Amino acid sequence: MTTSDHTYADKAAEAAVRATPEPVARRLRSLSDKAIAWLFIAPTIVLLLAINIFPLFWAVYLSFTNYRANRPNAVVQNVGLGNYSRVLNDPDIWASMQTTAHFVFWTILLQTVIGFGLAYLIDRKFRGHAFWTTLILIPMMLSPAVVGNFWRFLYEPQIGLFAYAVSFLTGIPTSEIQMLGNVHLAPWAIIIVDTWMWTPYVMLICLAGLRSIPDYIYEAAEVDRASNWRQFWSITVPMALPFIMLAVLFRGIENFKMFDMVNLLTGGGPGSTTEVASIALKRDAFEAWATGRSSAFAIVLFVAVFGLANIYVKALNRVKQR
Amino acid sequence: MLKKWVPLFGAAALCAAMTAPQAAKAEQLTLCWAAWDPANALVELSKDFTAKSGIDMKFEFVPWTSYADRFLNELNSRGKLCDLIIGDSQWIGGAAENGHYVKLNDFFAKEGIKMDDFVPATVVGYSEWPKNTPNYWALPAMGDVVGWTYRKDWFERPELQKEFKAKYGRDLVAPKTYDELKQIAEFFQKRQIDGKTVYGASIYTERGSEGITMGVTNVLYDWGFMYENPKKPYDMQGYVNSPDAIKGLEFYKSLYDCCTPPGSSNVYMVESADAFKSGQVAMQMNFAFTWPGLYKDEKVGGDRIGFFANPAEKYHFAQLGGQGISVVAYSDKRDAALQYIKWFAQPDVQAKWWKLGGYSCLKAVVDAPDFKTSQPYAPAFLESMAIVKDFWAEPSYAELLQAMQKRVHDYVIAGKGTAKEALDGLVVDWTEIFKEDGKI
Repeated sequence: MTTSDHTYADKAAEAAVRATPEPVARRLRSLSDKAIAWLFIAPTIVLLLAINIFPLFWAVYLSFTNYRANRPNAVVQNVGLGNYSRVLNDPDIWASMQTTAHFVFWTILLQTVIGFGLAYLIDRKFRGHAFWTTLILIPMMLSPAVVGNFWRFLYEPQIGLFAYAVSFLTGIPTSEIQMLGNVHLAPWAIIIVDTWMWTPYVMLICLAGLRSIPDYIYEAAEVDRASNWRQFWSITVPMALPFIMLAVLFRGIENFKMFDMVNLLTGGGPGSTTEVASIALKRDAFEAWATGRSSAFAIVLFVAVFGLANIYVKALNRVKQR
Repeated sequence: MLKKWVPLFGAAALCAAMTAPQAAKAEQLTLCWAAWDPANALVELSKDFTAKSGIDMKFEFVPWTSYADRFLNELNSRGKLCDLIIGDSQWIGGAAENGHYVKLNDFFAKEGIKMDDFVPATVVGYSEWPKNTPNYWALPAMGDVVGWTYRKDWFERPELQKEFKAKYGRDLVAPKTYDELKQIAEFFQKRQIDGKTVYGASIYTERGSEGITMGVTNVLYDWGFMYENPKKPYDMQGYVNSPDAIKGLEFYKSLYDCCTPPGSSNVYMVESADAFKSGQVAMQMNFAFTWPGLYKDEKVGGDRIGFFANPAEKYHFAQLGGQGISVVAYSDKRDAALQYIKWFAQPDVQAKWWKLGGYSCLKAVVDAPDFKTSQPYAPAFLESMAIVKDFWAEPSYAELLQAMQKRVHDYVIAGKGTAKEALDGLVVDWTEIFKEDGKI
């Protein structure tokens, strides 16, 4: 800030002081620092309460009722734990949870392995590594809507590049490579896209982990004649582990609530093959309009993610403390 | 002290006065509908209304895949976005019972608009709730029905006609039954025409909104599928899952398996029309609204395209589409919106509506002597409109639809279970929904 800026700010402050009516100024002067601090953060807190906390409590309330958003005139009745019982005993919901688990497991596994591998390679600092780093990061910078749409075209059996490439390599006719229409291939079609898009993100976090390992540790290991393999398993992996775990946590939470990509690529189909929990929840809430039941489903999902994330964070902290 | 604020209040009042008359005079009406070809025709048609009344028309068009989500949300939240809405036929029950639409009986009586002047199926389908009672919530606006288009130029090729006759012992013409349709589809499947691989038929398979249900019901009606016991409402056992209905669903799956282009697992109106326009398929199931656009298409339109009504099987029906126009109860511009409906109901406006590409439901238009010859697709449209059946229009239609989407997509596309299991499951789902509604 320059001197003239100071002067201007001082003048503005003086003008504000002069403009403040005396009764208000007197009241403000009597406020403690803590009160003034609260005064400043109050608007943010009110906003957070209004758009985050209130809807959460409202959803909890609705989850105990038979409320339907498309029946504004209907009598809302308390159904106790009925909605929770239905959600937890609904085979379709369990099937969607299984689909979600399959998706989360494979995307995290592939993204972690490939992401860490790429980070390890990029960390070698070969010629042109900056260019390759930028190139690898591009998918992550794209909008999921764009990615979903262009992969849908890539997967197109008749005109899609993906089908053409697979056909070229395997000799299977393109018309038989129905990535989005085949019940066995559709889940993998989504896993491939998600891995393509988000591996760079995992790579970036792993790269930060690898770069945080001091060189002297490797130098000491070399003095002790530790092999590269031994250095990798005894130094690189343990020291990068908190970062890898952090990446797994972020991707796990994101993929647990995956919606956009699945919606764009398959819409949950064929049949219900790729109907992950978030798609099932959306259908229940905004297509079947079972607002009370879907609120219960949302709360169950929230508790599951929150609980798992908490356990995971505790494990992460233990690893960090080692 | 108060005197200090007087000028401020004055300024605020002036501002309010300057903006308020715009709302009160209703110089602009917003009409909500789906984003499709007829909507563009309506924009063109509505210019006459603006010229006559001085009321500007604003349009809110949403793609079909999110049409129901978007506008049902709008109605349920009592939004004021739409003054007029062209809502889907199945919304009528919920919209009437939840007070989203203005009841139009008094208005019709006052303005001399008679429902007898409209095609009966469209009045029942688009305007009445409860069905078959004189309670009107919409004016029939856009008649629509599922029908078929075919590649007339391919059907007329002498070498194909000869081969077809040798194989099936009959001429290669537009099918009259579903068995004939399947034979034709099989005949064309993976055939090389002009150096390009083509396929039999494009049918509805979409999962997200209502696609596969519209396609499946369109076929199942002909086999004998019924929503309920005609003598006992909401009694569905043996009607929804009758042996004939099961056969119909098996046929739909067999048609999907044998004769659709690769990658047809999520096809609705746009995708089906695209498959036809790109020269991939010999036949296409689609709503009649697509016909004017396809007829005008440079590559497949004109002499190359033919139209036919749904083939028959044991019975002869077709899935109703189309919509009525309603006044949204939450609109502040109700009088102007009613003025638009009054204008839209006029015979000369309805005649122009048909000419521009909309499907009028006014008898004066469709019963006119030259109607059948006015467009090449007019005879198929008339034939189809005479055999329509519609999905449930109950207030719980969204739940009923979602249950059917899931059950039939699981069976037809994902190959999960049997047709019997799918329809038995549907009876269970629908029974549960009606029980929750207190109707059973």
